[in-house]
Amino acid sequence: MQTFFQTLTTGLSDGSIYGSLALALVLIYKATEVINFAQGEMAMFTTYIAWALMGHGSTFEWWAFFATLGIAFVGGAALQQTVIRPLERASVLTAVMATIALLVILNGLAAWIWSPQLQFFPSPFPTSSWVIGGVHISKQDAGTFGVVMACVLILWLFFRFTKLGLAMRAGALNPGAARLMGVRASWLLALGWGFAAALGAVSGMMVAPTVFLTPNMMQAVLIYAFAAAILGGLESPVGAIAGGLSLGVLLNMLGEYVHPVTTELRLPVALGILLVVLLVKPAGLFGRVVVRRV
Amino acid sequence: MKRLGNPIAFGVLVLAVIAAPFIFSNYRTYQLAFVGLYLVALLGLDILTGFTGQISLGHGAFMGIGAYTTTILVVDHGVRDIWTIPLGGVVAGIIGLAFGIPATRFAGPYLALATFAIPLAFIGILKRYPDFTGGNVGKNLPQLHSQLGWHTNPSIWFYVVCWVVALVMLPLAFVIVRGRFGRAMRSVRDSEIAAAANGVSTAGVKTLAFGISAFFCGVAGSLYAIGITYVNPDTFPIDLSILLLVGIVLGGAGSLYGMLFGALFVEFIRISWGPALLNLFSRVHHIDTHAPGSGLVVYGVVLLLVLYAAPAGAAGLARGLAGRPAFLRRKEDPSLSDPGLV
Amino acid sequence: MPALLELSDVTARYGQVVALHGVSLTVEDGEIVALLGANGAGKTTTLRSVSGTVRRSGDVLLGGKRLARATPEVVARHGVAHVPEGRGIFAELTVWENLRMGGYIVRRPDFATVLGYFPWLQERRNQQAGTLSGGEQQMLALARAFLSRPRLLMLDEPSLGLAPLITREVFRVVTELNQKEGLAVLVVEQNAAVALAAAQRGYVLETGRIAVAGSAAELKSNDAVRTAYLGY
Repeated sequence: MQTFFQTLTTGLSDGSIYGSLALALVLIYKATEVINFAQGEMAMFTTYIAWALMGHGSTFEWWAFFATLGIAFVGGAALQQTVIRPLERASVLTAVMATIALLVILNGLAAWIWSPQLQFFPSPFPTSSWVIGGVHISKQDAGTFGVVMACVLILWLFFRFTKLGLAMRAGALNPGAARLMGVRASWLLALGWGFAAALGAVSGMMVAPTVFLTPNMMQAVLIYAFAAAILGGLESPVGAIAGGLSLGVLLNMLGEYVHPVTTELRLPVALGILLVVLLVKPAGLFGRVVVRRV
Repeated sequence: MKRLGNPIAFGVLVLAVIAAPFIFSNYRTYQLAFVGLYLVALLGLDILTGFTGQISLGHGAFMGIGAYTTTILVVDHGVRDIWTIPLGGVVAGIIGLAFGIPATRFAGPYLALATFAIPLAFIGILKRYPDFTGGNVGKNLPQLHSQLGWHTNPSIWFYVVCWVVALVMLPLAFVIVRGRFGRAMRSVRDSEIAAAANGVSTAGVKTLAFGISAFFCGVAGSLYAIGITYVNPDTFPIDLSILLLVGIVLGGAGSLYGMLFGALFVEFIRISWGPALLNLFSRVHHIDTHAPGSGLVVYGVVLLLVLYAAPAGAAGLARGLAGRPAFLRRKEDPSLSDPGLV
Repeated sequence: MPALLELSDVTARYGQVVALHGVSLTVEDGEIVALLGANGAGKTTTLRSVSGTVRRSGDVLLGGKRLARATPEVVARHGVAHVPEGRGIFAELTVWENLRMGGYIVRRPDFATVLGYFPWLQERRNQQAGTLSGGEQQMLALARAFLSRPRLLMLDEPSLGLAPLITREVFRVVTELNQKEGLAVLVVEQNAAVALAAAQRGYVLETGRIAVAGSAAELKSNDAVRTAYLGY
């Protein structure tokens, strides 16, 4: 029973990271129908910025955390305006390739500036655990889960209750009608990229203490986030979070209880789960089948 | 005859292929052999992406499957390497079909997302079953040497093998895209709904196209293993899959001869074009041309510039803008059309 | 004193297809102007060339201000509310969220006045807009447009898909907004009888050109208009 609860909390903590990156993908996909393949590298790059702000040191600084969120927000919006916006009328293949070009550039730039060597990234939480009824709950896991969920909650409040958040939702649903209401659609897209980048930065800074800081640190996380987003239906923010959490828990449970599933098999298993879900529910667990016009 | 592609263009290509080893050094010839095998891989991926409209970011792994098939057959079962080339293609093709059956049932972004996971999943599996694959260490093939009673430099032998295969696969690709199945593929690319309404099984077409593309990549991977004489999990990283897709875009998706340029790019961007560009930049503004990652930055920037300047790739430039396939043409501003419809 | 809206020699095209060939018309403050014509005559395109949702050339002046190059959001901020064909309701948002979007460019949207004209919206405020009936959606679109405090309201086929009784109700509200609030209205209609009953003036478009212009009374008595669009 102890193992079960410990696996569960680790799973929720992993899953919250997958979910937040998946949510970032969904935010951009809903607004522009572009999958941002650079989402993981944006998160990686901003995590390096946080590390630089912390003086490459071994203690976590909250001010650097929040400063990084701001930098990520501005950077994400700037990328949308400079790189993505000129291609907004281009074909899907071109748009996808542009985000892949960003992926390659950010990956190379990080190695160029900070060297490809593995770096230690400090965690904001102590390595100790709470013991509740014999169950050890790691403060790292609980803290990660808490921080990610707090960010998601803030984002939800923004979209639900502010005028700008409402306009962003309306713009994603029907950009033409939103523009007729006086909404500056292009700026809202930049804002969406900003939020996605900031959310990615959160997931990067939370995952870095466990996977260490390297230019490739987000590759696997991005794939889990893709899986989470697909499980959630790609259009549903709630689905992205739920997909991330369930994937995190499922993978940790399989690793704990099914012997042949070692860490090497985590990704193949995730891919397998994804394919099975797509076979059973082609639009994901939370998505609706959209009837498309010719 | 027309179905095999333009005979004049093919003739020119054959002459160029025959002439190259006489003009270039053995080392260059060895590099040009890789251009031939990348051509095979790109032809396959172009059938899927350029002609069927399905984006894949995982086809480097199908090259890996071909390469491992060859390696295991040669090293553990003593099969002569050149006979494993079609087998590498068949194994990759079958695995591609198996993956394609669930993955291609869905439109647009889902497939690209799912394929992105293949390279890392492939590496995971390689490491999980080391008895079969050699694990992290990988496996070594025998030294490259000429066979079939012909005594020549190994580089030239490898060049001949690669280009014989490429010059068989190129007309094969033409047969596929020009035939009935090719029409079905293009109808799926241009409008899945219209294709379905005309009785085309869109899922079937996409699955088969996925299998065919995996077959081509498997053949290329088999050649790759023979050429570099070792394989390990790092031989087929996610970057290779991305590079293949970049090759398609730069060559011109939907054009088979454009893939020649794509293959040159894939082979030379990392080892010579990228560094040459960096040198050029460093004359204007001093940069460390040997810094890690600098090559990636150059290649990403080149890709981005091409996307802005020539979204139809090299083939598009050669053809002129008028000949751009419909799926690459600019759309009208989507937020301006039909604001009333929800 | 310039006219509220003045189009002179406006040409508009979709890709290679020219939809408007030099259309000129005016709308004065406080009047209702009807735009009539057959399918494909260019009525919708005329509205779109004002709101900036089609590429156009020529002069579009709103209160003397040039808008021929303005984007839709800029035109909206200059006080033109365009209710497009199909109404452009945000189906997945609630009724109230739709109304809030209407007041997006206004500092303090006057919900009270709007609810005075559409009292039933109050009790439906948390309903998903897509679940409203066609007539209710048209009313919501009207209310939403009015919340942006427009100088000019442009309606595209408000009667589309509505029962005659509902259509009459829609036009009753439009007339009321026009009379009590002094709202200028440019309305595109297939149902010429209803539109001319509410409008003071009208234009008839044929294949992208203005064919007939005049007061509502003149148009009603014009033989060609009568046989072609009024059916008697």
